[in-house]
Amino acid sequence: MSEHTEIAHAARQEWMGLLARAPEQMLMELWGAYEAQPAFEWLRSPEVGGVMVRGRTGATGAPFNLGEMTVTRCSLVLGDGAVGHGYVQGRSKPKAQTAALIDALMQTTAADDLRARVIGPLRQQMQDAKTSRAAKAAATKVEFFTMVRGED
Amino acid sequence: MYVAVKGGEKAIDNAHAWLAEERRGSTDVAELSIAQIREQLSLAVNRVMAEGSLFDPDLAALAIKQARGDLIEAIFLIRAYRTTLPRFGSSNPVKTSEMTCDRRISATFKDAPGGQVLGPTFDYTHRLLDFKLAAEGELPAAPKAHPREEVTPHITEFLQGEGIIQDEPPCDDIPGDLTREPMEFPAGRPLRLQSLTRGDEGFVLGMAYSTQRGYARNHAFVGELRIGKVAVEMDIPELGFAIEIGEVELTECETVNQFKGSKTEPPQFTRGYGLVFGQSERKSIAMALVDRALRWEELGEDNLGAPAQDEEFVLSHADNIQATGFLEHIKLPHYVDFQSELELVRKLRREAEERITPKEAAE
Repeated sequence: MSEHTEIAHAARQEWMGLLARAPEQMLMELWGAYEAQPAFEWLRSPEVGGVMVRGRTGATGAPFNLGEMTVTRCSLVLGDGAVGHGYVQGRSKPKAQTAALIDALMQTTAADDLRARVIGPLRQQMQDAKTSRAAKAAATKVEFFTMVRGED
Repeated sequence: MYVAVKGGEKAIDNAHAWLAEERRGSTDVAELSIAQIREQLSLAVNRVMAEGSLFDPDLAALAIKQARGDLIEAIFLIRAYRTTLPRFGSSNPVKTSEMTCDRRISATFKDAPGGQVLGPTFDYTHRLLDFKLAAEGELPAAPKAHPREEVTPHITEFLQGEGIIQDEPPCDDIPGDLTREPMEFPAGRPLRLQSLTRGDEGFVLGMAYSTQRGYARNHAFVGELRIGKVAVEMDIPELGFAIEIGEVELTECETVNQFKGSKTEPPQFTRGYGLVFGQSERKSIAMALVDRALRWEELGEDNLGAPAQDEEFVLSHADNIQATGFLEHIKLPHYVDFQSELELVRKLRREAEERITPKEAAE
């Protein structure tokens, strides 16, 4: 694998991961404001299914099956031939379709515009929510005081 | 045996109509929404996801509403739904060391790197009913402090550095899946953990408690308990690489257990492991204790004949859907069975009477 494709893969992994984890409302609002309705054809229309989530014994040992999660997936192709895949958590077909459209458009000349108006703000809003929780957790960190025994 | 009986359709339809009305309760009271259940009864939602073995908070909330709050009935609904889903694949094992921790405590190391983070816990509350909750009102915002950005290391890593805790060497064996193949014994640890994580919380708790009371005591400390979100990653064949397909909230418990050593193992600490969907602290501690008790054979310990050491006993009775299905089926019509038993008892009584009567006649 060339260095260039590795970088391309890493970038695509990042936006696909964001789209998969994004709260549906947050994603749909940003996508709605973007106001694009590109023509496309389904390669695989949206379907809801399950993925078996695995853990490891003792966190680092042998894999075991923890339980499933719901996932919706679809694939489509734009008029210019760009193929987009949507793999998103939950059972929302509109969310999967939006994720696939964005994935396809991110491989076209629309990428910079999308990055600025959808992917960037989405990443920021999700990071803000995460930071807010981390800040509440940090406020519950215990500060121990060791009692000094008067022995001298 | 249970034989299908015809008739009663009208009664059944009417019973279900009444059930719907009772589920709704008084129409003078506002109806619960799925979002209200998901947000405000989140620990019930977590239990239904863990034991229903499907991470989807909205579906679990719907099941709780439909089941009128009967969590085992709700778990049943989720299990039934789960079987209708096509399986897209299996995730790569989640990396709990990279968890964004809402809570992280250790009962063994006061000054663990990353600190003791209490999170939204019931611990240290006075367990007094709070009548303020009976009235609606605004809440003060939870205080914030400088957020931690680095990942929080596992506590057991520190013991492992010293080599005084049993290792958990990584491997990439494909684990058995009890939702696909019937359980066979010995099941092995991966299948045991799958069974325990979806097992009934009350049952697993009772089993764990029995080990603390002396039935195969294993001297557990909570080395670490952490609750938070982890990303779930899966290989996507059409892409040729792995992507994150979502994130799940998990509770993980690692126990550190006293161990004197055995015929095969040197004196060292051993481990029990619990990992459960959602914020499910009691369940994950219980799971870790039972996991440790079931490991007696691989660690070369004695079988003390305790219930918690008996893999077949624990795994065969942990599932509340199997248990409730078998238990509750005895209330369904068994008219033919009972009729034949009635005939048999009558016949035996007749024969017994006949044996007595001729003697009396002779005297």
